[in-house]
Amino acid sequence: MDKPVNNRAWFLVLPVLALVAFSAILPLMTVVNYSLQDTFGNNQFFWAGLEWFEEVIHSDRIRAALGRQIIFSATILAIEIPLGIFIALNMPKKGVWASFCLVVMALPLLIPWNVVGTIWQVFGRVDIGLLGYTLTKLGVSYNYVNDPVAAWITIIVMDVWHWTSLVALLCYAGLQSIPDAYYQAARIDQASRWKVFRYIELPKMQGVLLIAVLLRFMDSFMIYTEPFVLTGGGPGNATTFLSIDLVKMAVGQFDLGPAAAFSLIYFLVILLISFVFYTVMTKEGEAL
Amino acid sequence: MAAVAESKGRGSALVMAVYLLFLMLPIYWLLNMSLKTNREILGVFSLWPQNPTLDNYRTILTDPSWYMGYVNSLTYVVMNTAISITVALPAAYAFSRYRFLGDKHLFFWLLTNRMAPAAVFALPFFQLYSSIGLFDTHIAVALAHCLFNVPLAVWILEGFMSGVPREIDETAYIDGYSFPRFFVRIFMPLIASGIGVAAFFCFMFSWVELLLSRTLTSVNAKPIAATMTRTVSASGLDWGVLAAAGILTIIPGALVIWFVRNYIAKGFALGRV
Amino acid sequence: MTRITLENLAHSYLPNPSKDDDWALKPMDMVWQDGGAYALLGSSGCGKSTLLNIISGLLVPSQGRILFGERDVTALPTLERNIAQVFQFPVVYDTMSVRDNLAFPLKNRGLPADQIAARVAEVAEMIGMSATLDRRARGLTADAKQKISLGRGMVRQDVNAILFDEPLTVIDPHMKWELRTQLKDLHRRFGHTMIYVTHDQTEALTFADQVVVMYDGRVVQAGTPQALFEAPEHTFVGYFIGSPGMNLLEARIEGATAHVAGARITLAQGYGPLDGRTQIGIRPEFLRLGTGDEGLPFTIRRIEDVGHHRIVRGQVDGTEVNVVVPESQPLPADADRVVPDPAHLHVYRDDWRVDPARRERAA
Repeated sequence: MDKPVNNRAWFLVLPVLALVAFSAILPLMTVVNYSLQDTFGNNQFFWAGLEWFEEVIHSDRIRAALGRQIIFSATILAIEIPLGIFIALNMPKKGVWASFCLVVMALPLLIPWNVVGTIWQVFGRVDIGLLGYTLTKLGVSYNYVNDPVAAWITIIVMDVWHWTSLVALLCYAGLQSIPDAYYQAARIDQASRWKVFRYIELPKMQGVLLIAVLLRFMDSFMIYTEPFVLTGGGPGNATTFLSIDLVKMAVGQFDLGPAAAFSLIYFLVILLISFVFYTVMTKEGEAL
Repeated sequence: MAAVAESKGRGSALVMAVYLLFLMLPIYWLLNMSLKTNREILGVFSLWPQNPTLDNYRTILTDPSWYMGYVNSLTYVVMNTAISITVALPAAYAFSRYRFLGDKHLFFWLLTNRMAPAAVFALPFFQLYSSIGLFDTHIAVALAHCLFNVPLAVWILEGFMSGVPREIDETAYIDGYSFPRFFVRIFMPLIASGIGVAAFFCFMFSWVELLLSRTLTSVNAKPIAATMTRTVSASGLDWGVLAAAGILTIIPGALVIWFVRNYIAKGFALGRV
Repeated sequence: MTRITLENLAHSYLPNPSKDDDWALKPMDMVWQDGGAYALLGSSGCGKSTLLNIISGLLVPSQGRILFGERDVTALPTLERNIAQVFQFPVVYDTMSVRDNLAFPLKNRGLPADQIAARVAEVAEMIGMSATLDRRARGLTADAKQKISLGRGMVRQDVNAILFDEPLTVIDPHMKWELRTQLKDLHRRFGHTMIYVTHDQTEALTFADQVVVMYDGRVVQAGTPQALFEAPEHTFVGYFIGSPGMNLLEARIEGATAHVAGARITLAQGYGPLDGRTQIGIRPEFLRLGTGDEGLPFTIRRIEDVGHHRIVRGQVDGTEVNVVVPESQPLPADADRVVPDPAHLHVYRDDWRVDPARRERAA
């Protein structure tokens, strides 16, 4: 598709540019500013150079949070992407039952994130929650408030509950775009179920899977509200992910300099990993 | 077609039934609690309310400090959706129809904003909006949410617009339409479903976000989600009211889904399948 | 390879068909001879794709039986019928190379590698893609993709039949001709039973030995291209085949005389009494222009020169009538009559041809 060159199109982009400049560039500059300065209060700042960056990079606490964050994101991607594909393959194609599935599946996506946390906080409690109560009655030792493993499992199950439908709906849309003739041809070619998936369905889902992986990676890497409500980052620091740590640092302790430096590194890490994902997956697509 | 669906058979129905049950159970549990008194919640463990009561809902719907939270949330969500769509429409048109200096970089840069952690922006936003006197107003939250909603809206709309053949634009110009008239009268109806999808997503992400909306408000524009967290700690864990408030936050989302149910699948693919 | 028999076959997409219109395919009996090249011709929605999908086993008919040879395959899935099918739009496995695409049906059936390689090379040669065997299918043109689909349909040697569902829709006109010739060639070389669905009469007439014309869920005529041209059994066949199609005029038949537009025409044979709507049909090729009081009154509207002949378009008593005049003959300037050749004039009652030699056909 050849699009005509027209630099006057800039006028159409101008409103977006102005708005995003106001809501992204200005704050980001503030962050950069803080990250390079130190203060003793009274709005008196002086140059601190890269001191904060060094502090952040060498901070054991932040390194631990980063480690937890990476494990968390990797785990939920490893669960949600295959599970989402599996659900999409099993979804009915049309009819009332299909609409019903779609509506129920979309529901968790539109629940405010802290309410998601609240729902699972209640659901998992050993005294009044269905999950916690049932597990305890079954003799399973489960308490997400003081057991780090239980806390992790609960957060992961919560995230799977919350977001798998997004992956499934994306894949479902990809599957819907496959003409019937492909399935018919595959039957005539005597292709097995696995080959139909591998050579027809998977290639068609590739585009939406890219969106799914990117969205799930970015959002899981920034996760804040749900675990904050559920566990508050505990027990101890067991579920303190990067955003939780950052907010603690900036709002709780008011360590503006380190928090700002941390913010920038955090942002760059997300950009970098997203870029790698994007490149690898589009390359992969061409090589398939 | 029919044969393909048949071949899926009972296994699929079972998988879906289990999955939907998994999705519904926690929500059902919240609903169950919202219809109980605190005494029943803490006293007896039961799968459904023994003495169903609407008292918890009554508490919320008669107390302005509670229900104003909903009004506030809906106000800034609607404002944000309107702003996002309005500015994103011309920009998406530019990206889908023309090449211009720096277009690719600009597009990518817009998308990177979607990747920015809200936590990074919380404090700078607080200072920025305080300094210009917008702290604790609806517009402040609406503008803050533009950070991630505008890039998303541009992206979605661009996808839908690229699906409209350019010949339509050219025909309209030849017929003597001015650009604004063409855009509103002819082009927007053509991408109506795209606008719907973009609005749905803006609504969704603005509605579910809490970190920024809580940071930027204190009293007058306080969102319902934040109201929930505070009241819980102050009133010594009023589980029934908490559950009822939670259920009430699910309702707007459920309504929106119901309206777009036939476009959900296409919509989630952002017009890019 | 085998003979395919359809017995009292009918299909409806509705669960409880009651009216005639509910049937996508009305009850029919038919035999497709082993090794024949058939075309299934009709406009869209006439049921030809439904029929094809029933033969390939993608659809189970509402009633009737399908026999492959002596074997009843009505309830058998596609897999066990051992047929190949090429679809309207190219179906290729995007992520595979051209070679793997062609080998796919053979690999799935567990053929030894050396046989597969030999067969793939042979088919690639036929469709003219030997040079691009190792390219990935994604990114090829629609032409090339459809050639791969054709190749995949042809790669298995033991198939009972190869079905083509409007396979040349997306192909460029000059490639269409080339591919059709190749298909014809393949048919001659390997003798597979081929059923070719199309709405294009040229494709049907040039490809097939036997053309089956369908209209409104019914087979209205099956015959050689020659028979379809000379003696259309149904007005639809007359109108659909030929360019321009057959002229049809309301007429009243009395013995060997037809009363048309106030004039009388002598027929080649005598007809018994006919009730219902009666028409006479004559191809534009068998009309000639005249003057005076011979034939029928005719008003010329327009003359089109299409190269080796001219088409004279006009009206007989308000009904469109076309006449084909060979380039070699002069056009009389004052022509105001058209004269039919009685030997090629047919009488239709309620759209079906009346054959006086076979009275029972009209009943």
